[in-house]
Amino acid sequence: MASVRPSANDSTTSTTATRAAGPRPGTPAAGASWQLALGRVGLGVGRGIGWVVLVGWAIVSLVPLYWMVTTSFMLPEEVWQVPPAFVPTVGKELPALLLSGRWTEAAELWAKATESYVFLFQSTPIWRWFLNSTIVSGVATLGVLLLDSMAAYAFAKRRFPGRELLFWIMISTLMIPGQVTLVPMFMIVRDAGLMNTLWAVILPDLSMVFGVFLLRQFMRTIPTELVEAATIDGASELVIYSRIMVPLAKPGLATLGILTFMSTWNSFLWPLIALQRSELFTLTVGLKTLQDKNLVQYGLLMSGATVAAIPMVIVFLMFQRYFVKGLTLGGLKG
Amino acid sequence: MSAGTGVVPRPGSTRRRTLWQEIWRQRTAYLFIAPKYALFILFVALPVLWAFLISLQEFRIFDTVWVGLDNFVQVFTSDLFWIALRNTVQYAAVTVPANVLIALVLASLIFPLRSGAQTFFRAAYYLPTVAASVVIAMVWRWIFNYSYGLFNHILQLVGLERVNWLGSSAFAMWSIILMQVLTPPGTGVLLYLAAMGSIPQTLYEAAILDGASPYARWRHITLPLLKPTTLYLVVLATIGSFQVFTPVLIMTQGGPGYSTTTLVHMIFNTAFLDFNFGLAAALSVVLFAIIMVFAIFQFRWLSSDIEYS
Repeated sequence: MASVRPSANDSTTSTTATRAAGPRPGTPAAGASWQLALGRVGLGVGRGIGWVVLVGWAIVSLVPLYWMVTTSFMLPEEVWQVPPAFVPTVGKELPALLLSGRWTEAAELWAKATESYVFLFQSTPIWRWFLNSTIVSGVATLGVLLLDSMAAYAFAKRRFPGRELLFWIMISTLMIPGQVTLVPMFMIVRDAGLMNTLWAVILPDLSMVFGVFLLRQFMRTIPTELVEAATIDGASELVIYSRIMVPLAKPGLATLGILTFMSTWNSFLWPLIALQRSELFTLTVGLKTLQDKNLVQYGLLMSGATVAAIPMVIVFLMFQRYFVKGLTLGGLKG
Repeated sequence: MSAGTGVVPRPGSTRRRTLWQEIWRQRTAYLFIAPKYALFILFVALPVLWAFLISLQEFRIFDTVWVGLDNFVQVFTSDLFWIALRNTVQYAAVTVPANVLIALVLASLIFPLRSGAQTFFRAAYYLPTVAASVVIAMVWRWIFNYSYGLFNHILQLVGLERVNWLGSSAFAMWSIILMQVLTPPGTGVLLYLAAMGSIPQTLYEAAILDGASPYARWRHITLPLLKPTTLYLVVLATIGSFQVFTPVLIMTQGGPGYSTTTLVHMIFNTAFLDFNFGLAAALSVVLFAIIMVFAIFQFRWLSSDIEYS
């Protein structure tokens, strides 16, 4: 349990320590000053290569996303331009038009550049898909937080017969790939009459076990004395859960909430099977059908992809630290 | 005794109660886990067990019959299964080592940086991971476009011939692999960074006193202590790579021919295009077995000299 703590604030403490250690290579090897100098040069070259690799990979990482956004803002004929435009016309010319106050021309250019977005919002039910994704991810996230925190509280702080067995049955399914259950899940959902309802997607999301594991790990670090003291004061189970455990587990809940929202927003295979009517699609399924109908309309496809990606990018940039914490908490040290 | 409804039973007092009394006394605990457990049984445990039964059945229009291991015989005698297995193994064999290695190199390079630069690179490498795999696959389909795509343009810039990335059966699988290798392993970088942060500084200080070079410190302190993380990432990446599906469906639909058909794509088609549920379930049981064998093998092989404290 103690191992959870250092990883939470690792980036600040340990970085400074390594930095202090870094710039003096081979200190005790005094006398051989040329060796030291050579070492310094080598270190400098090494560091240079390191930066090249880091920056290079950052470019490789971000260029596809950049390309997605710029393609979505290209003028229709610009998409098919050879060589491709790394900065679309609208990016090159709009600032100048705005600065020189040529408003009508600027508006015309903007209208042409956003044509694929206008088409996307007018001729496809993308608003509906966006709403469906929001409903599915929102309900699934709130439900997971409630159910998982309740279960995690019992598993972490209560002693009852069968606790270990019940917990390990649950956790042992973590390794099972989701595709194994694809066919039976289809039958269950179909026989329950849930096909083509958003519940068909939400209910399986609610039954993911990862969160119970993550929150139990988190709640085990909350001192049991708090629970005992509250019991002596006559607090009921519900009060202990809602007034002590949930507030103290807030960082864990935030992490789980964000990870759940992201994974449900991005999930694809199951929604593709469970939802077959266009007005019920989530964004990922909608994008697939958009591509099926407009195979080479890359401007349109990229604007759809951008609409689907933007919310997750915002969520990530806003809550970056929770991602780190969640991955380390859930990943290592059982 | 009746007043003792404490959360934590006093030692000694439990032993005198029978099991049923104890269960009754702790009934609220079961209520707390009941909603989650009901869903877990219905949508995880039951489907897993049921998958094994379905794999022994054949679904006809009006009835369902037990066919023993027929479905499995059909799996192992079908050419497509072996093609799909080869494609999947090819994908896993390249992407798993590549992604873990890249994550290790990037994390090792990021770790000594100032926290500002560290945050920037961490975000840059993780960003493609937060976008849906459907989105990433759609973008790469555009990048791989033969006439107007970014990749062929770059190839022409450096004087090379254009490549028919997704349209030729020789290149299509490699293109999907290339996409996976070039998309940074965001999770791996984050996990490695966290693991590096929890290595005690005293180890490095001692090594510096002994005159160890930065490389030697990395090689003999950092690397061995990262082994549990490496193991976890390798197992995770293997499980993930054997489930590769979205890029295949979005970029190639398994083609040209069957050159990019993977196991999960085959399961998907068998179940939901051919509606051959028995065969699809048998395929998923085989996939499950393959993944388990790999996971157990990797645990044995990589965890041989890990000391858990």
